[in-house]
Amino acid sequence: MSAPFSLKRFAGAVAVSLSAALALPAVAADVTLLNVSYDPTRELYTDFNKAFSAEWAKTHPGDTLTIRQSHGGSGKQARSVIDGLEADVVTLALAYDIDEIADRGFIAQDWQKRLPDNAAPYTSTIVFLVRKGNPKGIKDWDDLAKAGTKVVTPNPKTSGGARWNFLAAWGYALKKNGGDEAKAKEFVKAIYKNAPVLDTGARGSTVTFVERGIGDVLIAWENEAYLAVNELGPDKFDIVTPSISILAEPPVAVVDKVVDKRGTRALAEAYLKYLYTPAGQELSAKHYYRPRNEAIAAKYKDKFADVQLFTIDQVFGGWRKAQKTFFSDGGVFDQIYAN
Amino acid sequence: MTLAADALRTTTHPAAHALASEGLNTHAGALPARRPGPTNSEPKAVRIAIITVALLFLGLFIALPLISVFYEAFKRGWLAYVAALVEPDALAAIRLTLLVAGISVVANVTFGLVAAWAIAKFEFPGKSLLITLIDLPFSVSPVVAGLVYVLLFGSQGLFAAYLQAWDIKIIFALPGIVLATLFVTFPFVARELIPLMQEQGTAEEEAAASLGASGLSIFFRVTLPNVKWALLYGVLLCNARAMGEFGAVSVVSGHIRGLTNTMPLHIEILYNEYQFVASFAVASLLALLALVTLIAKTLLEARLVEDAQ
Repeated sequence: MSAPFSLKRFAGAVAVSLSAALALPAVAADVTLLNVSYDPTRELYTDFNKAFSAEWAKTHPGDTLTIRQSHGGSGKQARSVIDGLEADVVTLALAYDIDEIADRGFIAQDWQKRLPDNAAPYTSTIVFLVRKGNPKGIKDWDDLAKAGTKVVTPNPKTSGGARWNFLAAWGYALKKNGGDEAKAKEFVKAIYKNAPVLDTGARGSTVTFVERGIGDVLIAWENEAYLAVNELGPDKFDIVTPSISILAEPPVAVVDKVVDKRGTRALAEAYLKYLYTPAGQELSAKHYYRPRNEAIAAKYKDKFADVQLFTIDQVFGGWRKAQKTFFSDGGVFDQIYAN
Repeated sequence: MTLAADALRTTTHPAAHALASEGLNTHAGALPARRPGPTNSEPKAVRIAIITVALLFLGLFIALPLISVFYEAFKRGWLAYVAALVEPDALAAIRLTLLVAGISVVANVTFGLVAAWAIAKFEFPGKSLLITLIDLPFSVSPVVAGLVYVLLFGSQGLFAAYLQAWDIKIIFALPGIVLATLFVTFPFVARELIPLMQEQGTAEEEAAASLGASGLSIFFRVTLPNVKWALLYGVLLCNARAMGEFGAVSVVSGHIRGLTNTMPLHIEILYNEYQFVASFAVASLLALLALVTLIAKTLLEARLVEDAQ
C-alpha cells in the first residue's frame, strides 16, 4: 500500500475532524468575558483576570481570552445589566442587586445556591477611615452620631457599600439599645445628619474623603479603606475598626440569559469557580477581602482586625426584606434623609 | 460665538459675483456694518479696574486649572506621561473618542446644512417647531438625553423585542454612544448656519437659477461658499463638544474598559483608581484639543473679519 493518496483515508480524516469540531465547538476561539462589578473591586479583578487567563490558557491553549471589566455603584451596575449590558458574570456588592437582575429573568432564581458560601467567595466588613492621628478621637459608631463630626458615605440608593454602611450602623444601634427600633432610627438619623454629601458609589466617597479632604471620617468597606491607605500613604490616614460591624457578603453569579446566548457558560462558570480556589482566595486576601477558605484565612489572620460581626440574615431577615424596609421609595432611609 | 456671528453676517459673497451679473447682485449695495469702536468715555482707573477683574477671573478659573492639568500630567516626567497614553485601554478610549467625534461631525454637518437650508430658504408648515427642536439639546440635561436612549433601546425599552430578535446592540455599544453624542451636539452646526443663511436670503440662489444653474450647482457654487466659514466654525464647536461629552455618554456607555469608554470616561476611571498622573495625562490631551480649538477659532474669526472688509 503505497498509494500517495487514499480517498478512503481522506474521507476518514474529514469525518474525524468534523466530529471533533462538532463535539468541541470551542477548541480554539476568540472568547470574551464581561465581568460587571462594583466600585472597590477594580484592583482585585484586574489581578484576578490575569491569573484566571493564565489558568484558562493551560486547558484551552488555542483560545484568545479577553476579560473585560466594568465598574460603578452596585445598584447602578445591576440596572445596566437589566437594561441590556451583556455581562457574562456579575460580581456585585450585595445579594439584592443580583436578585433584582434575577427577577427580570436574566438569572435563575436559585443563583445563591449554585456556588458555596451564599455565592460570596470573599467577605468584608465596614470600618472607618480617619485622618492621621485620629484628631476627632473616633472609636466607635457613637462618635459618628455626635454633633460636629463630618461623615462621608455614599448614597444607599445607588451604592451597595452604602447600604452595608447603613445596616451596620443600624445593627450596632439595635444591639446597644436592646432591639429598640425607634432608638436605632434616631441614631442612624443623627449619623446621616452629619453626612451632607452622598456620592453615588463607594469609590466616589473615598475620593471625596482622601483626595478632596472633605469630612472627618469615611465609612468604608474594609478593603477600600486599606487600599486608600496603601495607595495614598499610611502617613495620612488611620483605620478604625468599630466594636461591632456587619459581615458583608459580596456575591457573584453567572448571568444565564447572556451566557446561553453567547455560548460562554463554561467559561463564565470556570471564572467564578476560580474565585474559590486557593489561588483566587489568595488574591482576595491580597486585596483585603476576607477569604472564605479557612486555611488561607488563617494565613492572613493578622491582616484583618478582630471584630464582632453579625449577618444580614440574623438581624434583618435577609436582603429582600432589608431592601424593602430601608431602601425602597418611602422606606426608612427616605424618611431619615428627607427631614 | 456672537463675535463670530457678527463678523459672519458682514461677509461679502465672491461666488455670487462669479455667477450673477453686477446689476443682479442685490447684496452689492449692502455695505458691511461696522462694529462701533471702543468708547473711551470711562475714566482710566475704572477701565483698568474692570480689565484687572476680568483678567484675574480668567486666570483663576480658566488658565490656572488648565496649567494644573499639564502640571499634574508631567509630574512624574515624560515617560510616565507617554506610558499613560500608550496603555491599551487609553488607546482604545482615544480611538473611540475620535471615531465618535468623526461620525458626529459628518452627521451634524449633513443635518445642519439640510436643516439650515430648509429653514432659511423655504417656507413650510412646522418651521418654527423645527427651529425649537433643533435648540432642544441646549436645554435638556445630557443625563436625560442618555436616559432617553436607555428607555428606547434598553432591554426593558420600547424597541427591546425587535432589537433582541435581530441581535442589534444599541446602548452599551458604539451606536448608543454615537446617538447620545449626536443628541448633545445636534444644534452646533445648524445654529451657526441658520441666522447667516436667513440673512443672506434667496436672492443669489434665484439669480443663479435664472441663469440656468442646476440645484446641485447652486448649492455647491453659491450657497456653500457663502456659509463655508460659519460651517467650519460649527464643525469646530461640534467636534470639541463631541470629544468632551461626559454625562450623556456615561449613561449609555456601560463603562466597559477598552471597549465603550471614551476619553472623558477613561479619565474618570483613572482618577478613581488613584492613577492621577495617567488620568491627567489623558485629560491633557483633551485640554490640548481645547487649545487647538481656541487657536483655530481665533484664526477663523480673523479670516471672517478680513472677509468682511
